[in-house]
Amino acid sequence: MNDTNPPLQPSRSKPWNDPRVRAIFFQVVALAVIAWSGWTLIENTLANMESRGISTGFGFLDQSAGFGIIMSLIPYDATYSYGRTFFVGLLNTLLVSAMGIVAATILGFIVGVARLSSNWLIAKLSLAYIEVIRNIPILLQIFFWYFAVLRSLPTPRQSVDVGGVFFLNNRGLYLPDPIAQPGFGWVEAALVIAIVAVVVIKRWAKKRQQATGQIFPTVKVGIGILIGLPLLAYLVTGGPLQWDVPALKGFNFGGGITLIPELAALWVALTLFTAAFIAEIVRSGILAVSKGQTEAARALGLHNGLTLRLVVIPQAMRVIIPPLTSQYLNLFKNSSLATAIGYPDLVSVFMGTTLNQTGQAVEVVAMTMAVYLTVSLLISFFMNLYNRAAALKER
Amino acid sequence: MKKLITLAAGTATLLGTLMAGNAMAATTLDAVKQKGHLQCGVTSGLPGFSQPDDKGHWTGIDVDTCRAVAAAIFGDAEKVQFTPLTAKERFTALQSGEIDVLSRNTTWTLTRDASLGLNFTGTNYYDGQGFLIKKDIGVTDAKELNGATVCIQAGTTTELNLADYFRANNMEFKPIVFDTSEQTVQGFASGRCDVLTSDRSQLAALRSKLADPSSAVILPNTISKEPLGPVVRQGDDQWFNIVKWVLFAQINAEELGVTSENVDDMKKSDNPNIQRLLGTDGDMGAKLGLPADFGYKIIKEVGNYGEMYNRNVGPGTPLDLERGLNALWTEGGIMYAPPMR
Ligand SMILES: N[C@@H](CCC(=O)N[C@@H](CS)C(=O)NCC(=O)O)C(=O)O
Repeated sequence: MNDTNPPLQPSRSKPWNDPRVRAIFFQVVALAVIAWSGWTLIENTLANMESRGISTGFGFLDQSAGFGIIMSLIPYDATYSYGRTFFVGLLNTLLVSAMGIVAATILGFIVGVARLSSNWLIAKLSLAYIEVIRNIPILLQIFFWYFAVLRSLPTPRQSVDVGGVFFLNNRGLYLPDPIAQPGFGWVEAALVIAIVAVVVIKRWAKKRQQATGQIFPTVKVGIGILIGLPLLAYLVTGGPLQWDVPALKGFNFGGGITLIPELAALWVALTLFTAAFIAEIVRSGILAVSKGQTEAARALGLHNGLTLRLVVIPQAMRVIIPPLTSQYLNLFKNSSLATAIGYPDLVSVFMGTTLNQTGQAVEVVAMTMAVYLTVSLLISFFMNLYNRAAALKER
Repeated sequence: MKKLITLAAGTATLLGTLMAGNAMAATTLDAVKQKGHLQCGVTSGLPGFSQPDDKGHWTGIDVDTCRAVAAAIFGDAEKVQFTPLTAKERFTALQSGEIDVLSRNTTWTLTRDASLGLNFTGTNYYDGQGFLIKKDIGVTDAKELNGATVCIQAGTTTELNLADYFRANNMEFKPIVFDTSEQTVQGFASGRCDVLTSDRSQLAALRSKLADPSSAVILPNTISKEPLGPVVRQGDDQWFNIVKWVLFAQINAEELGVTSENVDDMKKSDNPNIQRLLGTDGDMGAKLGLPADFGYKIIKEVGNYGEMYNRNVGPGTPLDLERGLNALWTEGGIMYAPPMR
């Protein structure tokens, strides 16, 4: 009889012999070990902090902060809580990073394309820019722009005055602040309608071009609608905006909107620095597109600009996006150098002043790191989505 | 990024020490003896308090405070190594055990004393906060500063006092916060702010760093109490006592007229107070875990409090500060040490 050794009888095979069960088992064990270690570390830390007399917990976030911050996108003064300082700092970090990313992308693309220009002077100038900027530490550049900007600007009493509405001095650039009056909602509504209209027109124009080959001047018409419609609404409703014009009061200008020199210097430095790297990425992306593509486009009669825009760049993007993502991440992280020139970013405000006033280093640093991690992951996530959209689609 | 890294690294070390099991190390004194030197946290450069010269030799009243501790332990005031720290980094460095004593122009406050796991051992300089302002602005009193832009250093009590002062006087201000005093002065010099504020003891020195010192004036107002002193970790009472009594020994020595010059003669004195101070009588050293002649070594190597003061910040030095509050209690000041007995 053969029943001493039944081949592959399921009822008899032991679960630990099943590779799938085993894999799950080991993963559960690994997870348990990690969770246990993490838990022990936290327990230990809390116990040790307690025994050393170091305060713990997040209760401090509700206490009143008691210090001022020079720039805030949300209402803030010294009577607000430490928790609020976290958001003030976070928004300032996000603001300068977003401004930097937009500007560095535009400048980087221009320089990257210029680097490949057949015009000798333009190509060499771009090369010089890239080499100089890339090889000087970013911190030095931030200091340079900050003090260069500050020293070349006049004092508040000798401000550069443009028509009595714009003022520039070493405390910043002062602009009139538009304050919406009743009726301004119409202007906003008109803007929304204009945006929808432009999207619809673009779709329609594309379809018509595919069907008939006729080209519609989408860009010109689009801009016209975007500006014209809200402007019309503004005029019809009788100009429901009031301008808060800055004026010299005591030490300085009051009223209006202020662009502080710290923000300007940090923005310029981050933009110039990152743009140099982006330029090289763009150049390598363009060079990666095979020459045949350009030649084919030319053979179809497309001129230089269209060849670049419609044929080369879209293909280059596939090479450009992944390294571009890491430049965006670098810029975001470099923005924490803000603290060197007193721009009130998250690190300066929260991990600086708040940490020192409360002494809760572990909590504050953990929160700050969590922010940098989260935002970095978000940037990667969205860039990956974009990458997928730009990737070669196999049809 | 660099700042983020230094601070994060400090916190990581701290976290490392905190997460480790409770393998309580030997006492700080044993650890220091084993290392063969004292590790002392100071500023990154502040005239009169702690500043390295071009050969890397540190001087200042905060530096001498550490040297006196080394003299007491090792009989050698040179057995100290200094760690320069910004205001922001200082407490983490002490908590994590990177340094044994923090002697860095640090104001004793309730929050710092009670919630950081640290202990202040005394006061080696009584200070207060003041303002430095551009002369051409024409302000002569801090009450006229409404709307001013103010340069300050991050992580200091200065930041908080400033906000309190303006709030209490119903005034507004714009703070520009820098990391080091160097940058703060540069910000002031380049015209970014109308006023610079810091501990008064520093204002004269900071002013002397300006291209044209006469372009700025120090306002008469003192807006806070800043008792500056050494700090140690909580939980090691022996170490706490040592650092505390080294400073007391220096103050008592001045009161008793014992100086680095006459200390050898004073050894023969029959004043019992002097005998206990210099260890020719009693067992003061043993009670602290120090050699019997620790007081003698401190005075011989570093000097009494008055000598330390005059050498670093007193009249004739670049800071040129009168004794004022820092004079002995017997001479109209508030420097007062409990008796050594
Ligand atoms: N006493 C205040 C201020 C201490 C402080 O940081 N002072 C500044 C000068 S007023 C300093 O030491 N700067 C030197 C450096 O940054 O290394 C405190 O304890 O918070």
